[in-house]
Amino acid sequence: MLVTLVESAQEGLAAGSANALAHARELADVLGTHVEAATFAGAPEVRDGLAGYGVSRLHVVEHGECVEYSPECWGEALAQLLDDTRPDGVLAAATDRGNEVLAQAAARIGLPLATNCLNVAPATGAAEGDPAWALTRQRGGGVLLEDAELSAPTKLVTVLAGTVEPSAGEAVPEVDVRTFVPQLDTDPARSRIVDRTAREAGVSLATAAVVVSGGRGVGSAEGFDMIEELAELLGGAVGCSRVATNDGWRPHSDQVGLTGTKIAPELYIACGISGATQHWVGCRDARRILAINTDPQAPMMTRATYAVTGDVHEVVPAIIAEIRRRTE
Amino acid sequence: MDVLVCVKRVPATGGTIPLTADGRDVDTRSLGFTIGPHEECAVEEAARIVERFGGSAAVLTVGPPQADEQLRYAMSIGLQQGVRVTTGEEETDPEATAAAIVDAVRTLESETRPFDLILFGNESADAGNCQVGIRVAHALARPAVGGIKGIEPQPEHGTVRLRRELPDGIEVYAAPLPAVAAVREGLNLPRYPAVTGRLRAKRAHIRTIEPELVPGGLRKVRLRPPAEAARETVVLGHGAAAAGPVVDMLAELGMV
Ligand SMILES: Cc1cc2nc3c(=O)[nH]c(=O)nc-3n(C[C@H](O)[C@H](O)[C@H](O)COP(=O)(O)OP(=O)(O)OC[C@H]3O[C@@H](n4cnc5c(N)ncnc54)[C@H](O)[C@@H]3O)c2cc1C
Ligand SMILES: Nc1ncnc2c1ncn2[C@@H]1O[C@H](COP(=O)(O)O)[C@@H](O)[C@H]1O
Repeated sequence: MLVTLVESAQEGLAAGSANALAHARELADVLGTHVEAATFAGAPEVRDGLAGYGVSRLHVVEHGECVEYSPECWGEALAQLLDDTRPDGVLAAATDRGNEVLAQAAARIGLPLATNCLNVAPATGAAEGDPAWALTRQRGGGVLLEDAELSAPTKLVTVLAGTVEPSAGEAVPEVDVRTFVPQLDTDPARSRIVDRTAREAGVSLATAAVVVSGGRGVGSAEGFDMIEELAELLGGAVGCSRVATNDGWRPHSDQVGLTGTKIAPELYIACGISGATQHWVGCRDARRILAINTDPQAPMMTRATYAVTGDVHEVVPAIIAEIRRRTE
Repeated sequence: MDVLVCVKRVPATGGTIPLTADGRDVDTRSLGFTIGPHEECAVEEAARIVERFGGSAAVLTVGPPQADEQLRYAMSIGLQQGVRVTTGEEETDPEATAAAIVDAVRTLESETRPFDLILFGNESADAGNCQVGIRVAHALARPAVGGIKGIEPQPEHGTVRLRRELPDGIEVYAAPLPAVAAVREGLNLPRYPAVTGRLRAKRAHIRTIEPELVPGGLRKVRLRPPAEAARETVVLGHGAAAAGPVVDMLAELGMV
């Protein structure tokens, strides 16, 4: 049996959970077993979403300490559920929360964990009695792929969103809901959430349709005035490379890349950015990229949709002037 | 406050990542080495906490003797003690790494007192397993929160407040000390090491510990570059003269 850890979203299942379920179903077919689901909250929405995925049983973790998210309590509760149900494997979405809860559970049971996987399959030629899984995981946010082997009595895996086509399985008439009450003593070694504030959604870097971004080539904090002006003209957001954040030209919240924000705008304008792999993984999902750089051989220039060779201090003001000329 | 930071020596890769012929590792012959941005922030934070509250800060790595370079970087920022848990050049798996750190922490703490805070990166810069810090925390029976971008120690209360950002909000956790936090870049703006710090670090003694390495259940088999859709690049021109074609393109996309 495989367990998928699922979360609800506004309408039914969260996308990452649906993706994890689809992976689990494919894997269960090959292994000749079935898939059950586990959730901490939002049971009614989750249950309705699950029927269409061919999942016949949903374990709902119920405990006062698990109502609010708590890394240690959720991890401990999941560890106990796994001890109770003894599945062959557990799949969850490779979100911050999915990775954290599975790592907490893995630490508690003493099991290995493979995070950020793109695909999971039984290993060929795996020893009888120790059926390993062969998987591919992302390293460095996608700069490299790692083929790996996972051997454990219960295999814990998180899978990246959008890695499998979510397909509806054989619908089941009814999802059997089983309540699981973990034993959570008042462990002193536990963090507690003391405050949660919602953030207002403006034109955020993560969701903007256009992002105008600057790197070392912009030269200074003042150099970003023209980047901001161009972004505003296009109704977009300002981004930057790590050089710009490290030099204090921009706040870290503007940084695009592996340790910044991953974006997928309609258009990404990269000004004076070389296109190091750690920056590239943050912007490669952009529909189109316009690179402006003095070096035509910079990786960003050779990988872009459109390239302009030149000094950003000449090119960007000229673009701004041209937009103003045409729109005034 | 006594603080320990755990850092990993990783290749500093640029536009492309060279791999060894057998594909088992990154070919580092022409590369420098570094620690990840998250860990740079952890080092900076440890230095600031000790500057503010007193106490001592230490840095630890599980790695080959060459990883002293990364320890010395942290020491040049102001961390006093450097500890290398010596391994070969092969990357250790996350369970083995965590177990080696736990052993070393137990040894160090048995000689003095528990570290009030142990800081990790949220994920290592290369492998990104997202778990070593959580494993260490659990083995030492300490609370652990990941994704941290704000640390407010409250030693007078024996607690620490840890702030993290979510796509739609901000969460603040309170944890009793001693505690573990896995941090993210953006926590602070790391300083550049001063010359005096670099000289001090160059001469500093590095303590070494020989670990017992027990391999875990996740085994790296091979590395490979991700498949990438080759894009056709259209050159729109040179210098200011390219403004016309650029704005034509923007207009075509309906953006102006
Ligand atoms: C683990 C790890 C994580 C990282 N995470 C990130 C991340 O999230 N985001 C990120 O951005 N980086 C990240 N980095 C850093 C990354 O490796 C690069 O160092 C960084 O992206 C380089 O920034 P840059 O392109 O602005 O600078 P450079 O690489 O120095 O490139 C500057 C470019 O500007 C061009 N140029 C110079 N002057 C001009 C001019 N006047 N007009 C036009 N062009 C000009 C140059 O030809 C060059 O191509 C990470 C590194 C590591 C090791
Ligand atoms: N070899 C190592 N030596 C010391 N610390 C490490 C090592 N590997 C990982 N870590 C720490 O654990 C964090 C998370 O690593 P990972 O679980 O690989 O993503 C890193 O950011 C480091 O702080």
